[in-house]
Amino acid sequence: MRSILLLSAVLLAAPGAAQDMPATPLKVPPPPAQAQAPGGAPPPLEVSVTGGISAPMPIAIPTMPTDRVTDTQAGSTDALGKQLADIVTSDLKSSGLFNPLPPAQLRTVMFPEVTQPAFSYWGGSGAQALVQGFVRANGDGTLTVGCYLYDVSAQTELMRQGFVVPPADWRRAGHKCADMVYTRLTGEGPYFDSRVVYVSETGPKARRIKRLAIMDQDGANHRFLTNGQSIVLTPRFAPNQQSIVYMSFVNDKPAIYVYDLGSGRQRLVTTTERQTFAPRFSPDGRWIVYSMSINGNTNIYRVPAAGGTPQRLTNTPGINTGGSYSPDGSRIVFESDRSGSQQLYVMNADGSNQQRISFGGGRYATPVWSPRGDLIAFTKIAGAFRIGIMSPSGSGEKLLTNSWQDEGPSWSPNGRVLMFFRQGRGNAGKADLWSVDLTGVNERRIPTPLDGSDPGWGPLRP
Amino acid sequence: MPRLTTSLLLAGALVATAACSKKHPEQLPPAPGPAPEQTQPTGPSGPVGDAVVPGSSADFKRSVTSDTVHFGLDQYDIDDTARAILDTQVAWLNRYPNVRVTIEGHCDERGTREYNLALGDRRANAAKNYLAGRGVDASRINTISYGKERPIALGSDEESWAANRRAVTVVLSQ
Repeated sequence: MRSILLLSAVLLAAPGAAQDMPATPLKVPPPPAQAQAPGGAPPPLEVSVTGGISAPMPIAIPTMPTDRVTDTQAGSTDALGKQLADIVTSDLKSSGLFNPLPPAQLRTVMFPEVTQPAFSYWGGSGAQALVQGFVRANGDGTLTVGCYLYDVSAQTELMRQGFVVPPADWRRAGHKCADMVYTRLTGEGPYFDSRVVYVSETGPKARRIKRLAIMDQDGANHRFLTNGQSIVLTPRFAPNQQSIVYMSFVNDKPAIYVYDLGSGRQRLVTTTERQTFAPRFSPDGRWIVYSMSINGNTNIYRVPAAGGTPQRLTNTPGINTGGSYSPDGSRIVFESDRSGSQQLYVMNADGSNQQRISFGGGRYATPVWSPRGDLIAFTKIAGAFRIGIMSPSGSGEKLLTNSWQDEGPSWSPNGRVLMFFRQGRGNAGKADLWSVDLTGVNERRIPTPLDGSDPGWGPLRP
Repeated sequence: MPRLTTSLLLAGALVATAACSKKHPEQLPPAPGPAPEQTQPTGPSGPVGDAVVPGSSADFKRSVTSDTVHFGLDQYDIDDTARAILDTQVAWLNRYPNVRVTIEGHCDERGTREYNLALGDRRANAAKNYLAGRGVDASRINTISYGKERPIALGSDEESWAANRRAVTVVLSQ
């Protein structure tokens, strides 16, 4: 049984909100004395996400000490403290909004110091923010990770959280800590504690072997889900993260399947002799929108995710595909060549009121609605493939990447970052996963064991 | 003697592929019965003259101008060149009315993945419709689109792209 392990994220009561103490309170060191007497009122510490030009915020993330060095299934607690700080550092750095201090500028933090930061030291380090934490092995085999965020110049605590995790999920405590810091300082939603499904690629270009794979957002905990005997394409998470919908050529019958992550079983979504592809779940998980080709015409359909009668949503000659729901489930963005070239359209979830929204030069493909609802990401084809964004009405088009072939964007859970794949040219051209934020400035390659394509970024983990 | 060996190998290969295809879910049309002209090739008294079994995939490839027709960029119309090729396929298919084929639609790498799955389906169906229009029973023709997943030319240049925009007629073993 490989069910998703539940992480109990325990928000420690801020001073003065003791009634919110969780049922399983964490024994963390008492709140810092500074919180009671903030003294002057320095300007609030915050990071601009959309500015793009402002320098990343210098932040110090020293190794998290342990109260007692203990061997656990995840390793010894002092080694974990170093690794957890590394995860928080890597996550925050990858956002492009933070500039973590190099290890040489960090000081060794002793356990009692976690809640009593050496502000005199940090004030001279150049860091504006400080993240401290601790690791503790619990009697029941779980780990507790405390995470504290401080404003260095104001010498105040901004936020703290504690996480109790099973040893196998220890990395998630680091991602949760990074999410806390990111959210508190940027005002944006969290996204580091999330996973990605994608297609792992290997072999010669004419006979690529493609396998479904799943990993954490940062490439850790990588696992293959299918064996590569059949071509698999376009995996996408169910909203509850317990299954993945994708397309497979198994038995030379190209069709959409749902892969159950708990059981490893796969089931056919619709029984038809026709080719079905381009599947995505609705935000409530009740529907799967997909495309089906009949005699050269491709239209968009939806079918109850549990199985049932498909319902056709588009009915025009040509190619209608790439359906993606708005986060409230009321609308669907898709691509159609009904005008003569691939363009983006929005319709109601029942197929009514189909309106074209893309009018720039070139072709537009693979639209995906942001989980925040404010933007639609797409692939723009004008010779090269580039990743772009526009509002759901089609205004404010902005291209974020500029390479030979960037295709298939997928949104981070907070709608601020896109993952896509970049195809290289020619015989030796390989595909890799990349991410880019909405400024278009922060472009990064996502590490994968083999080549990668068709990323599907999952929701934030509970 | 070498010729006989070839013939036996071919017969063995046919048996092997037939056994494989049994594992796949069958099509709705009735399973192909033993066609009269198909009964002999497995025996040594078959047409060992050139080691090609009539009605077989090898026979098809030898008899038609090409098993492949090509398309323009983002196009799926059957042009004169394609028509001439498909006409030779029609003639052969009319000679072997029990033979079934799959037409594979393919695209070059300059379209997005899902669009290309749809475009490949268009191309396969354009070829299918042409064959059917010339009297080949449409129920004998399956289509499948591979989009841009199975290129035969591996470059990122005009020549390779042109080679990859194609519909390929594949004879199914009986």
